[in-house]
Formats: sequence, structure tokens, C-alpha cells
Amino acid sequence: MTLFEEVAPSGPPSDIPTTRVELRVNGETRAAQIEPRLLLAHLIRNGFKLTGTHTGCDTTNCGACTVLYDGQPVKSCTMFAVQANGHDVTTVEGLASSEQLHPIQEGFKDEHGLQCGFCTPGMMLSAVALLNENPNPTEDEVRWALSGNLCRCTGYQNIVKAVLWAAEKMRGDA
Amino acid sequence: MYPSRFNYEAPTSVEAAIALLTEGDGEAKVLAGGQSLIPMMKLRFASPATLIDINNIPGLDSHGADADGTYRIGALVRHADLEKSTTLPDHLPLIASAAHLVADPIVRTRGTFVGSVCHADPQGDWASCMVALGGSIVAQGPNGKRSVEVKDFVAGPFQTVLAHNEIAIEAVIPAAKGTRAGGYLKLERRVGDFATAGVGLALDMSGSTVNNAGIGLTGVGAQTINAEAAAAALIGSSLEADAVENAARLAAEASNPRSDHRGSADFKRHIIATFVKRLASNVQRAEAQVA
Repeated sequence: MTLFEEVAPSGPPSDIPTTRVELRVNGETRAAQIEPRLLLAHLIRNGFKLTGTHTGCDTTNCGACTVLYDGQPVKSCTMFAVQANGHDVTTVEGLASSEQLHPIQEGFKDEHGLQCGFCTPGMMLSAVALLNENPNPTEDEVRWALSGNLCRCTGYQNIVKAVLWAAEKMRGDA
Repeated sequence: MYPSRFNYEAPTSVEAAIALLTEGDGEAKVLAGGQSLIPMMKLRFASPATLIDINNIPGLDSHGADADGTYRIGALVRHADLEKSTTLPDHLPLIASAAHLVADPIVRTRGTFVGSVCHADPQGDWASCMVALGGSIVAQGPNGKRSVEVKDFVAGPFQTVLAHNEIAIEAVIPAAKGTRAGGYLKLERRVGDFATAGVGLALDMSGSTVNNAGIGLTGVGAQTINAEAAAAALIGSSLEADAVENAARLAAEASNPRSDHRGSADFKRHIIATFVKRLASNVQRAEAQVA
């Protein structure tokens, strides 16, 4: 028994009550037949195979599973997938276009903003949400905005630099 | 981690949600922000048979002041809505200063003010603010609405007087008797950790005279503490050193902390007293700037 089944090609697997959800993931409409208790993080990772969203602590502490839900950062391990019905979800896979990295991704690359990389997707989505609201943040504002995302490698120094790098780049592009 | 199975309902009116709660007969839970409920369900501390998601109910997501100064916060107002509000600091400096200290920035985009009060965690910041402000929760059930002061609403750790078929639809804060002042201070080891100790101070002032005062204490007892005697020591004063000193001592006495990995009971009492003094001096400093 699995907790989800993508709608096509076959229907729900058993007599356990499931419900159909339709949501826009990185701009593309996706549908799934799911149990209501399925977490959004698991629909994204196991259902839609978008494994860039990481489940770190699974206890609402670490922020590795952060995605944008209608543009706002949320911990996808602390939302049910059924709640996302009809909503917009952006994962790390949705940041880059086919040819061009998102400035935040370039920033993390240029400023060496990661070591093991596990927290990086969540960090980048929190940072993008910040930069969408505040294109010219101070270092303090960056640190504050990322305070819900834990990194155990870097000591945060280069992550903060990467976000400030991206902010500058995005202001230049505008 | 998966919660136990539940039936999911997403009604679009408060009345429909109440009908579902009544039908649930004590086995249904309301889901608002879910930032406490979902972790509890994942750990299976909570296993509701039915989950009633109120996020699709219109009209619960606004906050603002009535003409008479009464402030209302709807059941779907997120912590981040309060944190980002530009009008809130003038109305409710205490709430505005606490908003950015609740949990972490990501939790704040989902978690709700009213939900946090209903969760009744002794470590919750909002219940202390509401107690200090003399605020109430409006509960709606099959027979209409009733209003319960937060100091009576919280019945114990994680317990409220909400009936199984009632929904807390809004938080109401009475108009100030004068100009509102005050603030919130919290000691935490890191962002998102439970408070080592926290103090909310709400003052209604006429010039430099305190007309009305409230003090709520976070994380230093089995539930949110209403430090009434400490607040009373400030009423009628102009926040002179001896009045503030007295209030700080009484607040520390009203707290009932335990020694744990966050600090000894004595340390936490010391923090409470220090925070009361610091909040009072912040109010005086703000006044001096205005004058």
C-alpha cells in the first residue's frame, strides 16, 4: 500500500479513502489521487519525483523541506498535500529556466554557499521569498529571513554572502 | 512520519465547520495553520478522526481596529501578517514587538495567532500577550457566539475551555484607556526554540501615568501566567524606579519555573524580573523621544 498514486494511468490502489488533488507545481498543473494524511513534502518527492525538496528533520525544525506555497515559504513536511489543492507550489527545480540558473543559484555557486548541500534548496527558496519582498536587504535582514533554515556545515557565512550576491545581481537585472 | 488516517473536510463556512465538529463528537479537530497540530499528529500525540480545514472559509483572515479602538484578529491571520503589518505598531506595540519572535520565519507564514492561543502551550507567546492586554477569544458554536477572556480561556497546559463543537473565530483586544505602550521580550537559545522565559507588558498611558497595566509570563509555569499583582504595582505610577522594581519582584514571584537544560529556576526568575525592568525602561525611553 502506498499513500499516493499519480492519477494516470491507473486509479487509486485500494479501498482506502483517497481524494484527488490538482495543483500547479513549478507552473505545471499536476494531479494526484492521495490519502489526506500524505504530507506535501512526500507528494512532491515520492509522487512527483521532484527530489530537490529534502526532508531533513521531519519535525518542523530544520527548513530543508521549504517550498514556496503561493509565493510564501512553507515547511512542506508540516502541510498536508490535500491542502495544496488548487494552489501554486514552487520547488527548487522551478528556480532555473532551461538555460539560465536563477541568480540565487548563481550566488550559491559563486560565493560557495554550500558544502554538503542538504539544506541548500530550502535556503534558496527562503532567500527567494525574501528577495521578492525586499530586493535590497541588509546582512541582518538576510540572517533573520534565513533563521528558520538550519545548516550544519557552513556556519552560514557564505550562505549570507550568496544571498547578498543574488540581491545585487537581481537589482542589476531589473 | 505519518499521522494516523483521518477524514479530511474543507468547509467554506463557519456554520458548516461547526456542524462537522458537532458530528465529530469530540473526535474532530480544527486545522488552521497546522504548525503545532500537524507535528503533534505526526508524532501521534493527536489522532483526530476528522480534520476540519478552515483555510477555505472566507472572512477570517483580516485584522484591524473598530471605530471604538477594539482590535480584532481573525482566526486565519498568520503570524507573518502581524509581523509585516505597518499599522499594528501604533495600535498594539506589544503584539507588534512579539510577532517576529514567534517560532521561525517559515512557521510564521502558516501559523495563526488564534490557533496559537488555542494550542495553549505554556511556551506560547501569544497567550501571554493576550493575558497582558486583557484580550478575549470569541468562540462560535451551534448556539451562537460567546466571548471568553484569555486568562480564563486557557485551562491548563494544552487545555482550553473551548467545547468540542466550538471554533475560536477571532481574538478581540479591548480599546486602550489612553495611549497604548509596552512590548515583549523573550530569551531563547536559538530561533525557533521554546522560550527560556518571556514577558509581555501592556500599558495604557495618559502622558507618563499608567492607567492600566497587564503582564503575561511565558514558559515559566505549567501554563501562561497572568502576573496580576505585578501589573497592579504599575497602575497609577509614572514608572518610577521603585514601582518598576516592585513590579519586577512581584512578576518573578508569580513565575513558577523549573530548572532544566535551558537554565535553573533562579536564573529564569531573574530573567523575568530583568525583562519587566527592561520593558518599562523601553517605554520610558520611547516617551522621552516623543516629548
